[in-house]
Amino acid sequence: MVKELMLEKWSGVVARVQIGATKEEGGSRSNVVKVGGQATLPFLFAEAAIPQKPVIAFEIWDIPPQEWPEELSRCYGGSLKDPLLWAKKCVEEFKAELLCIRLQGAHPDFGDKTPQQEAALVEELLKAVSLPLIILGSGDDAKDNLVLPACCEAARGERCLVGNAVQDNYKTLVAAASADGHSIIAESPIDINIAKQLNILISDMGLPLERIVINPTIGALGYGLEYAYSIMERARLAALSGDKTVASPFICFVGQESWRAKEARASMREFPAWGEESERGIIWEAVTAVALMQAGGDILVMRHPRAIEKINKYIDKLMS
Amino acid sequence: MFIVGELINGMYKKIGQAIKAKDKTVIQECALGQVKAGADVLDINCGPASANPLSDIQWLVEVIQEVTDQPLALDSSKPQVIESGLKVIKNKVMINSTTADQEKLDLLIPLAKKYNAKLIGLAISAKGIPQNKDQRLELAANIVANCAEQGFPVEDLYLDPIVLPVNVAQAQMRDILEAIREFKIISEPPPKTIVGLSNVSQGSCARGLINRIFLTMAIAYGLDAAILDPQDKELMDAAITAELILNKQIYCSSYLEAYRKK
Repeated sequence: MVKELMLEKWSGVVARVQIGATKEEGGSRSNVVKVGGQATLPFLFAEAAIPQKPVIAFEIWDIPPQEWPEELSRCYGGSLKDPLLWAKKCVEEFKAELLCIRLQGAHPDFGDKTPQQEAALVEELLKAVSLPLIILGSGDDAKDNLVLPACCEAARGERCLVGNAVQDNYKTLVAAASADGHSIIAESPIDINIAKQLNILISDMGLPLERIVINPTIGALGYGLEYAYSIMERARLAALSGDKTVASPFICFVGQESWRAKEARASMREFPAWGEESERGIIWEAVTAVALMQAGGDILVMRHPRAIEKINKYIDKLMS
Repeated sequence: MFIVGELINGMYKKIGQAIKAKDKTVIQECALGQVKAGADVLDINCGPASANPLSDIQWLVEVIQEVTDQPLALDSSKPQVIESGLKVIKNKVMINSTTADQEKLDLLIPLAKKYNAKLIGLAISAKGIPQNKDQRLELAANIVANCAEQGFPVEDLYLDPIVLPVNVAQAQMRDILEAIREFKIISEPPPKTIVGLSNVSQGSCARGLINRIFLTMAIAYGLDAAILDPQDKELMDAAITAELILNKQIYCSSYLEAYRKK
């Protein structure tokens, strides 16, 4: 008997979002990153078009991260103290396609850098590297409402992806991103209803759905991964069935969540049975990334170069 | 829910006059208003008073196509009127409708195939209005069999159980609802189901309420589509909410607005 593939006919498609703008497009990036546009679930090539591959962004910080485990910090060495060097290392040594700068130093508890300082850093960063850029605030709403608009202006026309907008604090960021030609990360707390509502609120302000990326909030392997997976899957199924309000690409902060896991951080001395910590964290980050790509993750923000290398190989294999 | 907007019908005074006077503004405004309110398809019916339905339907199709590329449903009991409309169609199209009578099926199924149209099939024949669920199923099965024989995709067939006014045929309401559910098991892939909603409240008081409740119940029985007034906001809200309850749409605080944005 001939086996027949059961193919689904979807009516919807995920919105296409472009990060970065070339000189011709009003920016100064040497390449741009496109995500979205798929008309089926992840990697079901026989079913419908999947025009873009998932893409990994290297996460860099404006201040040296305090709580990164040794295994992670040592990959970047002294460059952790200088975001420009750090960015160049990602590009030159690790062949990054996309960078994600977290402005942690703007947080009142982590240095309280001024909006002017952060805007100047973004400007220098855009000069130092020619990759598209994701810009994240510090997580302090009041401060981010000052810092992010300044950074949006400094990066005007570069079509960055800026975040995070949340349900209780999105207006300032959306207005700034909208005025300066950037796209928005809309964050919801593993809650599909809020993800949808926030997308509607943002688009009601005039930012087209093609300029929104959903951050569904994820958990690492062992820390709620399956909740994130099911939320993403549900949103994607609705999107493919025609619900445009949830048809945004997903960004997943894989590095941030994976390296918080005890299994990624604990030393072999504490848990001899768990094996070498030098391998464990990398595997934790890579496994989390693989699962979230299968759930529909389009942009994975990651930390360890070796985990990133593994995932890039995996993506190439799946896409070929 | 797949909404067929019913307002472009010569039976309505304003539309009838506009057809007669060839006043395209009235028709175009009516078309756009329905699309804005959430109609997926616009029904077009010249009405009983049309002296020349063959040319009137062409005029209606053309003036509506000037302002929207939304699909159109050509509505007439006369196959030659539908065929006339099809000759000038550019938008996607639906044929409203065939009965279970062989001579109509033999005319309209090939036309639907030729124009890549969706087809509404009424569970009714020249013998009369069906009196119970079994008669509806028999008529519906006959339409499905004809579609299958002639190679028309059954998933593009919309079966209508024939909704009767509640004040005339109260005893049949349950049969009508159950027919909606059972039509789906006639074939695989299943046919779609549709109702001409307004008929349920014909001649009754509280028409809006009766329409809303019947539609909600029919949706619970698996109804796919309805011919109705999309500008009846309470009716549309009821339909959207019924689908929400059935988990066909993801809830959010603005779910009513979200549906209309789709």
